[in-house]
Amino acid sequence: MKKLMLSAAVVAMALGAASASANAADKFKACWIYLGAIGDFGWTYQHNEGVKQVQAELGDKVETVFVENVAEADSATAIERLARDGCKIIFTTSFGYMEPTLEVAAKYPDVKFEHATGYKTADNVTTYNAKFHQGRYVQGQIAAKMSKTGVAGYIGSFPIPEVVAGINAFMLGAQSVNPDFKVKIVWANTWFDPGKEGDAAKVLFSQGADIIVQHTDSAAPITVAEEQKKLGFGQASDQIKFGPHAQMTATMDNWGPYYVRRVKAAMDGTWKSQQSWDGMAEGTVKMAPITNVPDDVKAMAEKTIADITSGALDPFGGKVTKQDGTVVDKVDDGMILGMNWYVKGIDDKLPQ
Amino acid sequence: MRLILEKRAERSWKMALASPLIAIALTLIFGGIVFALRGVEPLHGLYVFFIEPLTDEWAREKLIVKATPLVLIGAGLALCYTANIWNIGAEGQFVIGALAAGAVPVLFSGWQTPDVMLVMLILGAIGGALWALIPAALRVRYKANEILTSLMLVYVARLLFDWLVRGVMRDPLGMNFPKTVRFVGWQRLPTWGDIHLGALIALIAALGLAFMMARMLKGFELRTLGAAPRAGRFAGFSADKAVYFCFAVSGALAGLAGACDVMGVSKQLQTPYEPNYGFVAIIVAFLGRLNPVGVILAALLLALTFIGGEAAQVSLGIPDKIAKVFQGILLFFILACDTLILYRIRFESKK
Repeated sequence: MKKLMLSAAVVAMALGAASASANAADKFKACWIYLGAIGDFGWTYQHNEGVKQVQAELGDKVETVFVENVAEADSATAIERLARDGCKIIFTTSFGYMEPTLEVAAKYPDVKFEHATGYKTADNVTTYNAKFHQGRYVQGQIAAKMSKTGVAGYIGSFPIPEVVAGINAFMLGAQSVNPDFKVKIVWANTWFDPGKEGDAAKVLFSQGADIIVQHTDSAAPITVAEEQKKLGFGQASDQIKFGPHAQMTATMDNWGPYYVRRVKAAMDGTWKSQQSWDGMAEGTVKMAPITNVPDDVKAMAEKTIADITSGALDPFGGKVTKQDGTVVDKVDDGMILGMNWYVKGIDDKLPQ
Repeated sequence: MRLILEKRAERSWKMALASPLIAIALTLIFGGIVFALRGVEPLHGLYVFFIEPLTDEWAREKLIVKATPLVLIGAGLALCYTANIWNIGAEGQFVIGALAAGAVPVLFSGWQTPDVMLVMLILGAIGGALWALIPAALRVRYKANEILTSLMLVYVARLLFDWLVRGVMRDPLGMNFPKTVRFVGWQRLPTWGDIHLGALIALIAALGLAFMMARMLKGFELRTLGAAPRAGRFAGFSADKAVYFCFAVSGALAGLAGACDVMGVSKQLQTPYEPNYGFVAIIVAFLGRLNPVGVILAALLLALTFIGGEAAQVSLGIPDKIAKVFQGILLFFILACDTLILYRIRFESKK
């Protein structure tokens, strides 16, 4: 039955795509390049949810197209294909697409490009990212409240600024509740590999962690937490169905509003190159419902979320002590976007 | 009625040529069925997949770019397989070639004169050859099965690449992202449109190997050792030397392909780097009848499945896995049809 429904859905999608291309000429074409499959239930899935929102809100005026599983080293062909295929705006949704995006953008000055998580822009290339570390701070607080061993396991992908800032924000949140909280870090060196991610979670649990946090894209870690009756957080999207008794909350990438705004801007000619970095206040970072925790923890987390959203609380606000003991008076946006140091209390050496 | 496979008295050369054509035809029929199951009109699907890319100048250029590494690797593998030597690890040799070539811009980023290009290409070839000589030595010295050792070394090569590009070879100004500096100047290959110099190198390499196999003593030696090892020994040919020779040549070509790929396409090293050209080239070698010239045609066809797969994803909305399904089915049908070279099918009615 499941199979039947799946194939029905696929046929429906294919038919939808076919009918959409029938009168494509008068539609505004917006296109996306995905690193993973839309079925990863994490990073790529969440981008695709944003795309669905674009289609739903702008309806007949736009045609949305995506290419999935595009290898970073060889992505220029796929990006250029979209540019040649009449896409007016192209979103490339992984860091490794940076150079290929800039390369193709130089050839197609009339097409708008938006590159997620990079740092190089051009006249027709915008970068966009979200303040995911805000969600990490909330997770840190919850973890410190809920952990019995006082140790969380953290699965990192690559030691790039975004991931390091996430670890730091998590730790700062945890320390605001329990100054002695510990975090164990494993680098998976992949964005998406359910096997590796699941193994990393098992290792971390066996080393005394009782809460799992991950900055990789699959639902494997939370699935392992569910099996071992431990706790954890969903990544990128609400993964509650993979861990109904394990997920306490999840930081959700809510790209829909941003995508709708940018596609609209491109349509009415107001699109400008920029570096966009939205957070909870703009609705780009959202937290999944807080579950599997006592009421007081839930209340605390919800207050923190409200404070970050209103701007009353900044995870990196105030003085921050680095791992080596030096104190930073004010961590500005530039420092977060280029973060290559740990905060005090993290017992790990940043891979250099 | 029963179906009987009956051994032919001798190899059928007609079937040897017809087999890939039958396989392609069967693949197309099967592909049409796959399209129909996905709700795409079969003929339209096959048109988008296999014909449309050929009608467009840009797609034709991309086709040649994709075919370039497949020709280089496939020609080398054809040599090995003819001599009954099984190098399955070209993917690893490819990755090491890319790594060796990429080390030059990482260490000497200011070296951008034309000679750097030559040095990078040569280092790529040497890197691939040395990596390939490991399974060769293991087979000659310790009788270790080269299929397993060469395959396993693919994963070692990938991890080595990953470790170095994340570690010491990383771009110091790259915000810790796992990639090297961008190659500049002559650290890149010259291009015509999107086609880079590697295409010319591949063509020359394939024709050179074809000449060697057909006209030179070395070619005769390898063919003899492959078809009849005992006869080869009586003729004074050394089987061990042939193993070293085939692995060195195919490894060098795979390494060269890796160097060309990073110098002409990605223009930097970044991880993960798993283009799988080394594995697809195995299909290319068989489809090309283990003949370096046939390999050129086969590489173009396989490149078409890549380019067509991407086109089908964009314009038909079908998933990217379809291209891989086509590649797998094609190899399956070729191997199946190759049975007909040595056997004929006979129907026998039951008494």
